[in-house]
Amino acid sequence: MAEENLGWFTRTEKGISTQTKDKKDIKERMWYKCPKCSEVVTNQDHEDNLGVCKCGHHDRISTKRYFEIIFDDNKYKELDRNITSADPLNFKDRKNYSERLVGMTKKTGLKDAITTAVGKVGGYALVIASMNFEFIGGSMGAVVGEKIVRAGDYALKNKIPFMIVSKSGGARMMEAALSLMQLAKTSAKLNQLSEAKVPYISLCLDPTTGGTTASFAMLGDVIIAEPGALIGFAGPRVIKETIGRDLPEGFQRSEFLLEHGFLDYIVERKNLKEKLAQQLRMFAN
Amino acid sequence: MILLDFEEQIGELLEQLEKLREVEATAEIDMTGSISEIEEKIKKKRKEIYSNLTPWQRVQVSRHPERPYTLSYIEAITGGDFIELHGDRHVKDDKAMITGFGTIDGKTVMFIGQQKGANTKMRSYRNFGMANPEGYRKALRAMKLAEKFNKPIVTFLDTPGAACGLEAEERGQGEAIARNIFEMLNLKVPVICIVIGEGASGGALGIGVGDRVLMLENTWYSVISPESCSSILWRSWDFKVQAADALNLTAENMYDQKLIDRIIDEPLGGAHTNPEKTFETVKNVIIEELEKLGKLDPVKRMELRRDKFLNMGVYNEG
Ligand SMILES: [Zn+2]
Repeated sequence: MAEENLGWFTRTEKGISTQTKDKKDIKERMWYKCPKCSEVVTNQDHEDNLGVCKCGHHDRISTKRYFEIIFDDNKYKELDRNITSADPLNFKDRKNYSERLVGMTKKTGLKDAITTAVGKVGGYALVIASMNFEFIGGSMGAVVGEKIVRAGDYALKNKIPFMIVSKSGGARMMEAALSLMQLAKTSAKLNQLSEAKVPYISLCLDPTTGGTTASFAMLGDVIIAEPGALIGFAGPRVIKETIGRDLPEGFQRSEFLLEHGFLDYIVERKNLKEKLAQQLRMFAN
Repeated sequence: MILLDFEEQIGELLEQLEKLREVEATAEIDMTGSISEIEEKIKKKRKEIYSNLTPWQRVQVSRHPERPYTLSYIEAITGGDFIELHGDRHVKDDKAMITGFGTIDGKTVMFIGQQKGANTKMRSYRNFGMANPEGYRKALRAMKLAEKFNKPIVTFLDTPGAACGLEAEERGQGEAIARNIFEMLNLKVPVICIVIGEGASGGALGIGVGDRVLMLENTWYSVISPESCSSILWRSWDFKVQAADALNLTAENMYDQKLIDRIIDEPLGGAHTNPEKTFETVKNVIIEELEKLGKLDPVKRMELRRDKFLNMGVYNEG
């Protein structure tokens, strides 16, 4: 289910290899090269452009950055900061899960693969649960499930619309079936929100795959995505291996899902805040 | 009978037994004593092996080619009083997912389950028990139908995973499974889910959200198969045994983690060694559980189901 975690492994390894080449490292810190059109800009310019290239490629940016973009005056209250992963199974592959967790926190400054907050968007209150892809591939374990449920509860009690920002390879293998059951756990909370007629928006970012797609990401009253995001159940590598040939251009990208009826609309990052405010206004009035 | 690699010693005894029977038949010598002695040895050996199965061995038993599949359970439990329902009313009829009305002691139940095939031709016809979005949507249609006419639902989980391919993605595999999970938390009728073989990931959970989730003794349930887990975390297919250990995927592991409600015993040597006895046990468990669930108020029952799943998860706080 979490095959997209491979992307995270690859990246980690690349990070390690470039650390030994200091010059290249410094160069990479100053310049951003678009993987789609190869255009090179300074990192500062890239950041000023919200991580979006001239060609339209939306680079992955952090939850912190999304909160800056979305919330009015970058003001928000973070919820349930102190929930962290346990290692109930003492899971060990080539590395201990508990060590992985410590290493991840050290590297990213994050406590787990999700951050939850409440604030205002264009004057309308919104609770956001936003996944952190940089933390073990944004994988969903018990912490992600619990924080979504608690943020959902906050939305429910205060009658505030709820949004989950998905950016995840799926369920976290190191929590095995416990992580699988988070699909049902989060859906149970969404059921309660639905009955209370509290709007739920699902924003799918690159990538949204596996158990994330098979639960809350596809359950929004409104489901939206940024351009070009990979959204699917099975990862493209697995599908390619299964069918034994290359995948068609644009397969499992936002535009493909919109065409097949699984997204309501696609929104560019520069319009995200405005569009969300408009959407919230229409739910409210 | 097809024997698994760890059953080799049973195989030798079975051969001896065969020979004795042959001798008895051809030479007309009474071998009753020796035969029962060997039979006793086989039983002892089985007990010895099966009381110490490793997680990986359980996975092997759950995939035994002679293990009974969903339709055999339904056939036996209903005594053949079963009407299969076809199609999702949108795209097609998914052969990997069975749905239909059947009766247990005269009372109507909606049966749903993934179906594997017993031979090469049927395995492909059933797509190895891997349902496409239309299979999950067919299951959902059946669940809604059951709810409309106030019939309880019994699902049989047996899948190596949801179907993976271009069409599955085009038709929204993720959405189909998500919708089922969501709607199953909403049903006002009793829902019993039983893992009878493989419970792989979202593909299993797509028909696996119930008031009571049960596992047969030699089945597995997890987020990923041991093989795929090995390939991703160990980056090699060679660590499936370690992965099976690490995943805590057996019925006992799942019960200890409070992720399932009950373990159903299998005959010694696995369900395939005595399917009739297995069907009988499962039938009795279904009757018992339905009776308990039937006493609950429908809304209360649904809320308890939601609460059960809302409480799943272990984490640190503070
Ligand atoms: Zn570009």
